[in-house]
Amino acid sequence: MSYTQLAVLGVVVVILIDLFVLRTRLLRRKAFWVSYAIVVFFQLVTNGVLTGLRVVRYDGEAIVGSTTPVDGPPPFLGDGRIAFAPLEDLLFGFALVVLAQAVWVWLGRRGVQRTPYSGPPRVRMPGQADDPRP
Amino acid sequence: MNHLTYLGVLAFILIGTGWLEIVLRTRVYARWRRLLLTLLPVVAVFVVWDLYAIASGHWWFDAEQTTGIVFPGGIPLEEILFFVVVPLAALLTLEAVRSVKRWEVGDEPEGACEDGVRRDDA
Repeated sequence: MSYTQLAVLGVVVVILIDLFVLRTRLLRRKAFWVSYAIVVFFQLVTNGVLTGLRVVRYDGEAIVGSTTPVDGPPPFLGDGRIAFAPLEDLLFGFALVVLAQAVWVWLGRRGVQRTPYSGPPRVRMPGQADDPRP
Repeated sequence: MNHLTYLGVLAFILIGTGWLEIVLRTRVYARWRRLLLTLLPVVAVFVVWDLYAIASGHWWFDAEQTTGIVFPGGIPLEEILFFVVVPLAALLTLEAVRSVKRWEVGDEPEGACEDGVRRDDA
């Protein structure tokens, strides 16, 4: 299987794991999507460094775009690349993040160090929720 | 110096998320048993994927920009650490959001949350 096929399969599998196998249903929660928005921004930055500097190189046969050139960086945008990285990396990263968070939440629900919960922040954060406890 | 490029990116992710544990009290490192149990299957699955990708020639690594420590199957040390560091960053981010917003995540007991927000910390 190509990287493209595996990456799509990876996303489908983690969606099934989250919604139906572990039933963590992270994909239906605001907390997940806000955390993913933060993670994907930094993923584009750090993976952009790894792929732009060609620390990791890809075979054009395995991805939508072309093989990483031997004499310079791949395109920043276009030819199946987003911030130097193959678009498949976004799917790969999504699968990695969802699987890790789903297993973490599942373990917590099963009673593995469910508490102490995170928070409250040591410094007042913008948009911080008020403590609703009595 | 060049050989530390990949390792440097991993260090950047660790430092960039590490402060969340202290300032936002994410308690991900603190709950290290839950963390280890999470990482175990995730690292296993993604190392297998990586080994398959390397064997199939999907991707390869620049020997000039990695430490040169390579495990059987051709997987560099950095690549294995990547599957520890990135999930760790993802957990810290999720718990950081929860620390600030108190939004329901899914591990709270029945009745602890109301309209998607946690009311009871027991």
